[in-house]
Amino acid sequence: MTLTWYLVLAAILFTIGAVGVLVRRNAIVVFMCVELMLNSVNLTLVTFARATGTVDGQIMAFFVMVVAAAEVVVGLAIIMSIYRTRRSASIDDANLLKY
Amino acid sequence: MTLLAAAADTSVQLSGGETVVFWVLGPIALAGALGMVFSRNAVHSALWLVNTMLSLGVFYVVQEAPFLGAVQIIVYTGAIMILFLFVLMLVGRDSSDSVVETLRGQRVAATVLGVGFAGLVGAGIAEATQDLPVTGLAAAEGEGGNIPAISELLFTKYLLAFEVTSALLITAAVGAMILAHIEREPGTRRTQKELSRARFLTERPQTHSGPGVFARANSVATPALLPDGSLAESSFATGTEVQLPDQLPRPTGREQLGSPDAALGTTDGTPSGIPGGHHR
Amino acid sequence: METLPAEGLLASSWLLIALPLLGAAVLLLGGRRTDRWGHLLGAATVVASFVLAVLCTIQLAGLEERSASIDLFTFISTGELDVRAGLLYDPLSAAFVLLITGVGSLIHIYSIGYMAHDEGRRRFFAYLNLFVAAMLLLVLGNSFVALYVGWEGVGLASYLLIAFWYTRPAAATAAKKAFIKNRVGDVGLALAIFVMFSQLGTTSYEGVFGAVGTLAGGTVTALGLLLLLGACGKSGQFPLQAWLPDAMEGPTPVSALIHAATMVTAGVYLIARSAPIYDETPTARTVVLAVGAVTLLIGAIAGCAYDDIKKVLAYSTVSQIGYMFLAVGLGPAGYVAGLAHLYAHGFFKAGLFLGAGSVMHAMNDQVDMRRYGALWKKLPITFVTFGLGYLALIGFPFLSGYYTKDAIIEAAFDRGDVWGYVLGGVAVLGAGLTAFYMTRLMLMTFFGRARWEDGVHPHESPSVMTVPMIVLAVGSVVSGFVMVQLFPLSSWFEPVFGEPEEAEHVIAPLTIGLALTVVMALGIVAALLFVGRREVPVTAPVRVSPVTRAARNALYADTINESLFMRPGQWLTRALVFFDNRGVDGAVNGLAATLGGSSARLGRTQTGFVRTYALGMLGGAVLVAGALLAVTAG
Repeated sequence: MTLTWYLVLAAILFTIGAVGVLVRRNAIVVFMCVELMLNSVNLTLVTFARATGTVDGQIMAFFVMVVAAAEVVVGLAIIMSIYRTRRSASIDDANLLKY
Repeated sequence: MTLLAAAADTSVQLSGGETVVFWVLGPIALAGALGMVFSRNAVHSALWLVNTMLSLGVFYVVQEAPFLGAVQIIVYTGAIMILFLFVLMLVGRDSSDSVVETLRGQRVAATVLGVGFAGLVGAGIAEATQDLPVTGLAAAEGEGGNIPAISELLFTKYLLAFEVTSALLITAAVGAMILAHIEREPGTRRTQKELSRARFLTERPQTHSGPGVFARANSVATPALLPDGSLAESSFATGTEVQLPDQLPRPTGREQLGSPDAALGTTDGTPSGIPGGHHR
Repeated sequence: METLPAEGLLASSWLLIALPLLGAAVLLLGGRRTDRWGHLLGAATVVASFVLAVLCTIQLAGLEERSASIDLFTFISTGELDVRAGLLYDPLSAAFVLLITGVGSLIHIYSIGYMAHDEGRRRFFAYLNLFVAAMLLLVLGNSFVALYVGWEGVGLASYLLIAFWYTRPAAATAAKKAFIKNRVGDVGLALAIFVMFSQLGTTSYEGVFGAVGTLAGGTVTALGLLLLLGACGKSGQFPLQAWLPDAMEGPTPVSALIHAATMVTAGVYLIARSAPIYDETPTARTVVLAVGAVTLLIGAIAGCAYDDIKKVLAYSTVSQIGYMFLAVGLGPAGYVAGLAHLYAHGFFKAGLFLGAGSVMHAMNDQVDMRRYGALWKKLPITFVTFGLGYLALIGFPFLSGYYTKDAIIEAAFDRGDVWGYVLGGVAVLGAGLTAFYMTRLMLMTFFGRARWEDGVHPHESPSVMTVPMIVLAVGSVVSGFVMVQLFPLSSWFEPVFGEPEEAEHVIAPLTIGLALTVVMALGIVAALLFVGRREVPVTAPVRVSPVTRAARNALYADTINESLFMRPGQWLTRALVFFDNRGVDGAVNGLAATLGGSSARLGRTQTGFVRTYALGMLGGAVLVAGALLAVTAG
């Protein structure tokens, strides 16, 4: 059992998150899939921090968490205000930027 | 899988305990992710994600990052996911995804690409990191342990990033407040004093009845019944329409509610300037 | 023969050109302010040129070497090329100058009266002056390039004057036709100049004529043929003769000056001047002969069938210039004869045209002879002058045409071989036809019953018009005798053409003279029989013999032109337009349409759905990962 397995797990989690973004229609669930992707990246960073023997990887993961938090805050606020005007939380309904 | 003895600094294999932890929590994390993606109910999705995040937190602890693990559980799971749940309650509960996919070929393409991506990246990583040595952080951390090491780097080398992210957090909070704010016309919001006065001028100043409690429904929108079986009007909740137990759950979705574009209203304008009018 | 630099009055012979040119400039640039006295200035400049020309010629006659060159200025000077512009005043050019300025002055004076009621009279005189200046440059220039400048100038003036009444579509079309046909000929002349320049390095007369012997035979023949082409265009010879009758749309003084006396004789001048070239190439000379003979007959046949008085005279001009071409094509023996006929023709044809103008003036500008008749009583002076010109033209014994035509036919027969007989016979036949159609013209116009339209009151023209006619009539009578017997032109032209040879006469000159007279009488009798005895119908008869029909269509010259050149040209144009519209425009529009269509189709990828874009991003990420792996693995 090597560190490779952590990385492979992270890759699979990332992929599941990506597929979720493509498949789900509820905006908030899509957002949660994005959070999953960010988490998988955090796992990768921590694993590599351990592999290289420096703490920098953990610091990067820390910053990722902070930024993810800020992003979630603003994103959810946007979704809420969209919901208020359009009465729908489906991302398919925000399709006016088309040909 | 072979189980090795205690890991040396430059060994490649991991300890037995860690292996057990990984192989138990790994599938749980995977299951959580899959459950999040495939569950119908949005709240269920959120809970599955909580599951995955908790597993990841344990992974961080096992990987000699206890601070990060604690932050993951406290901040990520405890704050961010709860925020998700709040917003879901406010917004996302109404529309549940229908099974039918509206975009042609989206699911197939997504599956194919997903499998392909996972295969490529997984195989690539596996091949590239086969002999990745587990250096461990004992040497880097020195005597103080994980947290002093982190703080040492955080406040010297990454000080600028730290300050910038703190500014980012403040901006995010302010932005969210602005976005979520509802502008009411000045003077339309009645103060507590006015509300109270107005109430005592009505016929029934006392509190209204609560909603009905039934075996099949406990929504705040269900009205209470008077002894003769009619609906008690004083139990009607403000802000929602009356829902009899037989009517629950409320109709959702496009067929019943109509296109969300209609909610945008017309270009005639509304008194408050908000398209669609006030939020009730 | 040496050409010496000019001295004295001859040195200012450039004034001959400058005076009319100045007149034209003043009248054109001055505009309407010069309307009141413009005609007088126009006539004055040409009269002044005439006086100067007479004086210069007198001085020239007194010179021992009767040839003077006047150097003017440097035309082009670049590197090795040094072209000087200058004039050459020798007997040939002197004779032409006198003809141009003399007849020109008379016609200018005539025009004062003829155009008295036309509000464009000033413009008319400006163009006439321009013409005179250009024609003088043509005959006085000392190089082919100078000749070409004058050549172009007269073409331009002819165009401007034919279309003088430019609001009439027929006039505009005729001017266009004249100019284009002239242009076809000009191409020949231009190419000849190019050949000269490329082979000999010079275009001046002395340079070219001195070195022409060094050229290859083919080149010289080509030169001769190209010069002939130019001459045909300007003189209205076959195959470019169809513009001359149409040019009668212009005012009658124009027809008299340009299309009778001077411009159409420029071709003859060119061939006469290029005698040294034709000496070297008998082939080209034979072609000149053929052209002259053919044109002679075409003009005579066509002239028999037209009812328009000016068109008959125009075809007569075509035919007479055919005589001149025939003459210069005979070689040294014929030059003098041709030129003599040219001068005589200048007098009587101009006189005939002015007479026709006088008749038209009296008949409210009617040109149809079927509407004339019995005019000899009403227009006595016109009748007499016209009659004298008519007699001169048909070769009445002892008038000018008799001597000059006689000389030509003599020279033709003197060739000796069978071609001499053929050409002589053709010329005699032409003389007979000339007598026929001219007598027909006289009978229809002046004799017979009056077939006038209502409201026409014929009256004699004012003296400003009749005096020039009288002068020209006198010239038509005496000029032949003067030129051939009294002061033989052959000796005057000696510096140019060499010693006059005394040829052996195959047929005695007296016999030829008798034959001519007999043929002329036959023509007159035929006309009296066919035209004079019967009543002239007012509308032209429709059922006529094929020959008459052919003659009425000018021997189908225009029809042939149209089918050979115009229609293929139109088809080519239409094909090109079609290709341009479908092919070129189609390609461009098709490209635009393709772009538009493809952009519309590509635009549909912008579905507006976030998930589609996310799918694209994931696809791209997969590609990048795959590429990375491929690169690192490979």
